[in-house]
Amino acid sequence: MRDIAVVATAQSPAIRKEERRNEVEILMPVVHDLRKRAGLKQEDIGFTVSGSCDYLQGQAFAFVTALDAIGPWPPIDESHVEMDGAWALYEAWTRLQYGDIDTALVYSFGKSSPGDIRRILSLQLDPYYLVPLWPDTVAMAALQARALLESDGVTEKDLAEVVSRSRKNAKDNPNAQLSGDVDVDTLLKEPMYLSPLRKHDCPPITDGAAAVILAADDRARELTDRPAWIRGIDHRIEPHSLGVRNLADSPSTRTAGEKAGVGNGNVDVAELHAPFSHQEIILKRALGLGDNVNVNPSGGALASNGVMVAGLQRIIEAADRIMAGQADRAVAHATSGPALQQNLVAVLEGEK
Amino acid sequence: MEYTYTRSVGPVIDRFFSGLADRKIQGIKGSDGKVIVPPTEYDPYTGETLSEFVDVADAGTVTTWAWVTDPRPGQPLQKPFAWALVQLDGADTAMLHAVDAGDESRMSTGMRVKVHWCDEPVADLAAIEYFEPEAS
Amino acid sequence: MAEHAEGTIIERPIRLDYEYTAGLAQSRFLKGIAEGKIIGEKCPVCGKVYVGSRGSCPTDGVPTEGEIEVPAKGTLTTFCVVNVQFAGQSVETPYASGYILCDGADIALMGLVQEVPIEEVRMGLRVEAVWADELGPTLNSIKYWKPSGEPDADYETFRHHL
Repeated sequence: MRDIAVVATAQSPAIRKEERRNEVEILMPVVHDLRKRAGLKQEDIGFTVSGSCDYLQGQAFAFVTALDAIGPWPPIDESHVEMDGAWALYEAWTRLQYGDIDTALVYSFGKSSPGDIRRILSLQLDPYYLVPLWPDTVAMAALQARALLESDGVTEKDLAEVVSRSRKNAKDNPNAQLSGDVDVDTLLKEPMYLSPLRKHDCPPITDGAAAVILAADDRARELTDRPAWIRGIDHRIEPHSLGVRNLADSPSTRTAGEKAGVGNGNVDVAELHAPFSHQEIILKRALGLGDNVNVNPSGGALASNGVMVAGLQRIIEAADRIMAGQADRAVAHATSGPALQQNLVAVLEGEK
Repeated sequence: MEYTYTRSVGPVIDRFFSGLADRKIQGIKGSDGKVIVPPTEYDPYTGETLSEFVDVADAGTVTTWAWVTDPRPGQPLQKPFAWALVQLDGADTAMLHAVDAGDESRMSTGMRVKVHWCDEPVADLAAIEYFEPEAS
Repeated sequence: MAEHAEGTIIERPIRLDYEYTAGLAQSRFLKGIAEGKIIGEKCPVCGKVYVGSRGSCPTDGVPTEGEIEVPAKGTLTTFCVVNVQFAGQSVETPYASGYILCDGADIALMGLVQEVPIEEVRMGLRVEAVWADELGPTLNSIKYWKPSGEPDADYETFRHHL
């Protein structure tokens, strides 16, 4: 296996509703910024892969128009996943293992604002038994939240603490959408939104883009002083139907975390893709992260949640802290599907 | 944007939907012998092909729930209701549907609910309009 | 196979509503159309002029620049004749639909070609826009394209724009 590292990252500020720029115009400055940071031109990059969802735009094969932001001429080696950008990064990591190229560009973009995002995400569900009911993302997360709250010792106060910390941490994140000082008691006085969830337990609606450059072995060392080495990466999935799963737990995250080697050393920072407050608690347990771990120093998905972007952003936020020398070992997690159905875990390390 | 997709249901879902038209709910036995409702063609954990149908009750227990104050278009009820996972008597898994409880205070995990059937017999999920609290 | 042949079919209607943002460049183009002008934008790298730019040069991946008005006149580079009626069609068949390369532009606009017998529609035909009575920020503002009466364009002048 080759050693692969994140060597450069870029992301757009999270915006509730970008009414001026289209997807290409949002993505283009991010990719330009990224290549400039890495000191690479598109022709220097061996493989380009994106993660996005055509349903967000309501246009079949909308992802191909996003290539207008990249400059794909002469024809580039390119791929796309209809998944969060974290899974595009997984494909790039796999592609780099072939050994014939040394660099890859991964990007993801999404405007969650043009359509009704909760309704759009209902269409990821089983069309026979679920779609006719139009259960939405918040409803399914709320079912999971209650399963957790009634399983063991977790209280609404614990959920509010996650939100309070997320908003506070996001004050240091210039790209975050929601940030500030809110105390737990104030949050608990808020009315229920979709009980047992309050509005602040749910993620904001976000438009944005993010991108990463991966490089292998010595190429990574050439491109940056302190690459964020991907020491392990794995993703796992559970059955689709909520009714056959134990929603208070995330066995797929646990397995992915074990395969990625989360427990093989001290974890300084964990960026967990938990769009709903209670999911952070489930994920933290599944990954065996103790209270000494700095969880979601960026504010996480509760601070900005670009659909298809927020998972890749967790890898970016973890890698940025390694590259800046603020952390030596970090865990990044991304999720997909209803109520944490599918989960990806990566372990990143700085050079010793 | 609007499309009407026509989907073939396959033998397992077809049998389940046909049963609903007769107000009958059928599950299917999974690899471990547990009864899965609604039935799937394959075991959700092992992927084994399943074929042994089992009749289950049209009443059961709420395993988790969430209260909706603002129903969204297309959802089963257009007044405040609960989403719930309901484990029907005789089943080992839960199915997602709506419970017409009138008020959040009437909802609790472990409560008993039963199907409110559609007046017209329909061989589709729509035969189950919603669930309602079982008369105590 | 027999059981598949008699399989049950169910209907699952899906409806989604979107509010689109045209984007900066496309908004400039559509505002131009509403004033009866065709506005192109130039790639600072390759110099190509795009009409209806989505904001970037699709070859170089850089923002297109400037507002370059091109005339509502050009060359029919390629076309097809539609003989089949389909849902949502507003024109009587048969009709010709083609790519019109406005003079000075490097990408063609799609449009109807009318006021000419179908059998006389040809590659290289010089055409001009017939604007709708009421203009708006939509390509429907160009009702169709009609022959301008100029001699046909030489194939060499548009062979790279097919």
